[in-house]
Amino acid sequence: MSNQEALDPTASSTDPILEIRNLNVQFEMDRGTSRVIDDVDLDIHRGEIIGIVGESGSGKSMLASSLLDAVVEPGVTTGEIIYRSPDGESIDVLDLSEEALRKFRWEQISMVFQGALSSFNPTMAMREHFEETLEAHGYPVGSGMERAANLLSDLYLDPDRVLDSYPHELSGGMKQRALIALALVLEPEVLVMDEPTAALDLLMQRSIVSLLADIRDKYDLTMVFITHDLPLVTKLADRIGVLYAFEFVELADTESILREPAHPYTRALLNATPNLDAPLEEMRPIEGSAPDPVNVPEGCSYHERCPLATDICRDQPIFEQVTDTQAVACHHWEDIDEIPLTTEVDQ
Amino acid sequence: MSTHETVVSLSGVDVHFDTESGINPFTDSETVRAVDDVDLEIDEKDVIAIVGESGSGKTTLGKTAVGLQKPTSGTVSYRGQDVWKARKRFSNPEIPFSEIRRSLQIIHQDPESSLNPHKSVRSSLEQPLKKWQKGLGPEDREARILAMLQKVGMSPPHDYAERYPHQLSGGETQRVALIRALLMNPDLILADEAVSALDVSLRVEMMDLMLDLQDSFNTSYLFISHDLSNARYVAEHADGYLGVMYLGELVEFGPAKEVLKNPQHPYTKVLRWATPSLEITDETEPPVRKIDIPDPVNPPSGCRFHTRCPYATGHCRESAPESRSADVPEHRTACYRIDEHSDYWDAEPLEGAHVDR
Repeated sequence: MSNQEALDPTASSTDPILEIRNLNVQFEMDRGTSRVIDDVDLDIHRGEIIGIVGESGSGKSMLASSLLDAVVEPGVTTGEIIYRSPDGESIDVLDLSEEALRKFRWEQISMVFQGALSSFNPTMAMREHFEETLEAHGYPVGSGMERAANLLSDLYLDPDRVLDSYPHELSGGMKQRALIALALVLEPEVLVMDEPTAALDLLMQRSIVSLLADIRDKYDLTMVFITHDLPLVTKLADRIGVLYAFEFVELADTESILREPAHPYTRALLNATPNLDAPLEEMRPIEGSAPDPVNVPEGCSYHERCPLATDICRDQPIFEQVTDTQAVACHHWEDIDEIPLTTEVDQ
Repeated sequence: MSTHETVVSLSGVDVHFDTESGINPFTDSETVRAVDDVDLEIDEKDVIAIVGESGSGKTTLGKTAVGLQKPTSGTVSYRGQDVWKARKRFSNPEIPFSEIRRSLQIIHQDPESSLNPHKSVRSSLEQPLKKWQKGLGPEDREARILAMLQKVGMSPPHDYAERYPHQLSGGETQRVALIRALLMNPDLILADEAVSALDVSLRVEMMDLMLDLQDSFNTSYLFISHDLSNARYVAEHADGYLGVMYLGELVEFGPAKEVLKNPQHPYTKVLRWATPSLEITDETEPPVRKIDIPDPVNPPSGCRFHTRCPYATGHCRESAPESRSADVPEHRTACYRIDEHSDYWDAEPLEGAHVDR
């Protein structure tokens, strides 16, 4: 987004824990510069669960990594990510030294990735993973392990059994929940999760999602939940941001996203989602395919696939406020009802 | 079922695996009952979707149905010919095993691993035609392949035919795998989590394509998924059937519409809950007593779901319910709760469970 005044208009709360400004992540490639995060502004409120939804290749994992300044080489992250700690201190995450960043991760912002299988050392019992993490950050092990046991039981795991097990002795769902407990053992303020449940059964996914909501309340956490699975995140998130081609196209409270999505892409995504209740004949795929990061269309990046597109869409739309809690980047949002929403169920 | 001829029929099929007990040769080996006493009939132009959690045995059941996994007891037959008898030497079967092999195809969850990375799309697709349609000349083969690529929306087909697997997206690779299976003119395709690895927004497209091609190729699908909404999409569109597996047993089976509208087994209701809708609901507690599936090595006694079922009583722990139908004859469920006269209703609820009529 080229216009600087669009500073996340849905940020009604005065207490953001993370303020993201002009965030860019780019990779230099032989074919040109690949911008995988394109000038993103976002406020994450203290205590909220924000869902970030996008398809493969929309930049959602890059956004997660950049929150911890963890974009892999040769990616270059620029912009500002201001973290406001509970005692009022402001830190720009992208300016931290290596040592400060090491402490900042885990202690302030912690992260859970999709591949829980590969996150644990197969030769170490689960207990050692917890103890090692506590020791490495200079935390008292005794009280830390008590906290670990509490977290594990909050996640419906038997602490003694899990702590004495090796990773291969636990199922995928158990490992994923143990990983969430491990990520929380140093009492971080923010938990960033990138597809934390994607490799699991639906029943386990849904169960973890309902446990996460309880954990947020119990430990006063802020959560960022990144996924391609829009229906799943609606069960958890207070607000949802929709990423398309490396930038946000819509950001709103969950109910508005479901009931009155204002961006054509959000509507297409909802209409394309298989679910149990909507009439079968009205589920339809999104026309066209997602753009190449080296060659994103000028103007609105969705205009080549959009049924509402006109000439004006060759210009970049501003990210504007539609209601108090909803913002959208679309020239035609007022005509959005021309794309019927087919997910509405007759109650 | 429909008036079409039965293609594959499974009768009393068990698949038990003996697990090796590590380095100590004197301990008893344990048995995983991956599939236990399952009957299933798949007709021509049928769609049967099987859902269940990991470890429910749904993939093993699928592989057994297409003759890739030998059952430890029970029979699998293809158009009346016992598949495993046909495979024996000197058995002189009515239908030779090679024809059975061609007729029963599979597409996997991970299409990248089913295409040779060193072969172009064209040469991967030529293989089945060379083997099974020897009368086709090179030009006809090429025309056939290009027409198929065009048909599945991979346009321009000349360009796609020369690509290698790493130059295709996940959705495109899966479409190539589907074409390759279809070029064998199979009677049945086992689609094992065939759309699960795709983005949510691409799944409908892939399933539409499968249904489209079903009409032109007269094939049946056995569609295996952990995701009830995908299973519903495919099975309901084709007026097919839906089966629910739990720890090796088919606990509910019937016409997909009927099973989803009127689920009978508590486990089917749990799967329904687990499938996120696009509605705003407040219900958050999982409707199970335990969220982890028990170890299939030592499955629970009686009804295997009794350890998690919110309605289990002592009766469910003691003995396993038979599969029977309540209202709709084709809709069968293995649960005491569909039988008003069962001893279930008089037994004590298990810890954490409750009984309501």
